Amino acid sequence: MPAVEVKNIIKFYGKKKDVVQALKGISFDVAKGEIFGIIGPDGAGKTSLFRILTTLLLADGGSATVDGFDVVKDYKEIRNRVGYMPGRFSLYPDLTVEENLEFFATIFKTTIHENYDLIKDIYSQIEPFKYRRAGKLSGGMKQKLALSCALIHRPSVLFLDEPTTGVDAVSRKEFWEMLKRLKEQGITILVSTPYMDEAILCDRVALLQTGKILSINTPRGIIDDFKKPVIAARASDMLHLLNDLKGFEQTEDAYPFGEYHHAVMKDNFDQDSLKNYLQKDNAGLELKETKADIEDCFMALMKN
Amino acid sequence: MNNASVIQAQELTKRFGNFTAVDHISFEVSKGEIFGFLGANGAGKTTAMRMLCGLSLPTSGKGRVAGFDVYKENEKIKKNIGYMSQKFSLYEDLTVKENIRFYAGIYGKTEKFIKEKTGTILKHLRMESEADKLVRELPLGWRQKLAFSVAIFHEPQIVFLDEPTGGVDPVTRREFWIMIYEAAKSGITVFVTTHYMDEAEYCNRVSIMVDGRIDALDTPTQLKKTYNAGSMDEVFLKLARKATRSD
Repeated sequence: MPAVEVKNIIKFYGKKKDVVQALKGISFDVAKGEIFGIIGPDGAGKTSLFRILTTLLLADGGSATVDGFDVVKDYKEIRNRVGYMPGRFSLYPDLTVEENLEFFATIFKTTIHENYDLIKDIYSQIEPFKYRRAGKLSGGMKQKLALSCALIHRPSVLFLDEPTTGVDAVSRKEFWEMLKRLKEQGITILVSTPYMDEAILCDRVALLQTGKILSINTPRGIIDDFKKPVIAARASDMLHLLNDLKGFEQTEDAYPFGEYHHAVMKDNFDQDSLKNYLQKDNAGLELKETKADIEDCFMALMKN
Repeated sequence: MNNASVIQAQELTKRFGNFTAVDHISFEVSKGEIFGFLGANGAGKTTAMRMLCGLSLPTSGKGRVAGFDVYKENEKIKKNIGYMSQKFSLYEDLTVKENIRFYAGIYGKTEKFIKEKTGTILKHLRMESEADKLVRELPLGWRQKLAFSVAIFHEPQIVFLDEPTGGVDPVTRREFWIMIYEAAKSGITVFVTTHYMDEAEYCNRVSIMVDGRIDALDTPTQLKKTYNAGSMDEVFLKLARKATRSD
């Protein structure tokens, strides 16, 4: 039995004239103990999907189960079994760190003490501030408290909606290390993120855009599916180089990519003629063939 | 000091009580430069930026922005810079056109200027058919691109961007950076913070703040050499992991 099973889920918002279809028939399974990433920009439908799976929102079509329970019929069971960390900070700002944690533990008929081993890693980092009101915490500390509260009843499935948005690179790394340790404890994790570099850290990812899944695969599989040649180029005037790359006949797409620009080329392209064409007007030109990164793959999928 | 430098900070410091948020930072930014201002959450970036924007008085040190003194001429600074952030940019309950008119009006631009430039900008953004839509109805990526255009509408010398691309999809994020390149080419200095390390590579120079100090400042290429790192991500991790405080 998969930990999460989603079949043709549909969600509408608005009335007659102004209907927006937030989810357009989404289907996927998540295996037990898997870290499953939902990658997609703002407005893709990530939050709607999470709210349906955590029984906080009713779908307009399709069905879904979490831990074998139906999200409509068995919502009470599901609520006892999942942990949910919403994208927006949703703890009580006027309760202290410890009071928030105790509150969630009590609601789930457990105690901090009983499940301390599960949250120790995370909670010990904010424990020195346990008498501080949650509203007075910094962003990074709020995130750790929210994760502790989502875990305090030892859920079997954890839903994390954009837990790392606006978080710096160091804290993001630490956060993912924590997720790896939770996975080792057998917890299934569904996590959404707009950061493509985090996609690589998932066992499998689904790319969601405007309510549709464009691709579901392992990160490796997504990269292997990308067959077109990719060129990395740089020169002293990067904006000029980009416009030249875009203007080349055999270029399908060109965009900045860190230190270099990436250009996705047609299959039959000829590197020498590209070089000749670019050399005319781009001082300090450096050109090399490169492998597609997961972000190249996602951009190609998004543009299709 | 260099004639072409538009931001000059010398030992700029801000204390709150006995907490030193910004600790004697010194640097210069030249005209038309894309300057990346990096640091972990809580390193002091926002406080430093607020001093440079004329919104917060330094405790000590010297600072000049767009030719004006950060202590005495902060109102003049505000007129000569643009600002946008992920959190605050446009009014969601005003239309696209109304937002442009509102901001341009605040900066004292004439009706004629506003009218002409609004047309050019909407055309460039390919948002002409959205002119009378409420900003709230636009996707985040469009909003951020529009917000950037609005922030430089009054043709400021410098634009300050505080995490402008947070949460934006990878395609739009790149379109946004192309707009930054174009602005820099037209002579506007860009001062930008980001948590995306690939974006640090797009900057001419990058500074990295750790615990209120600037611990590194150089071109991305040189920083990678100095810290023997393959990417800016590695450079950042090497420096930021030393931090003893977090926000």
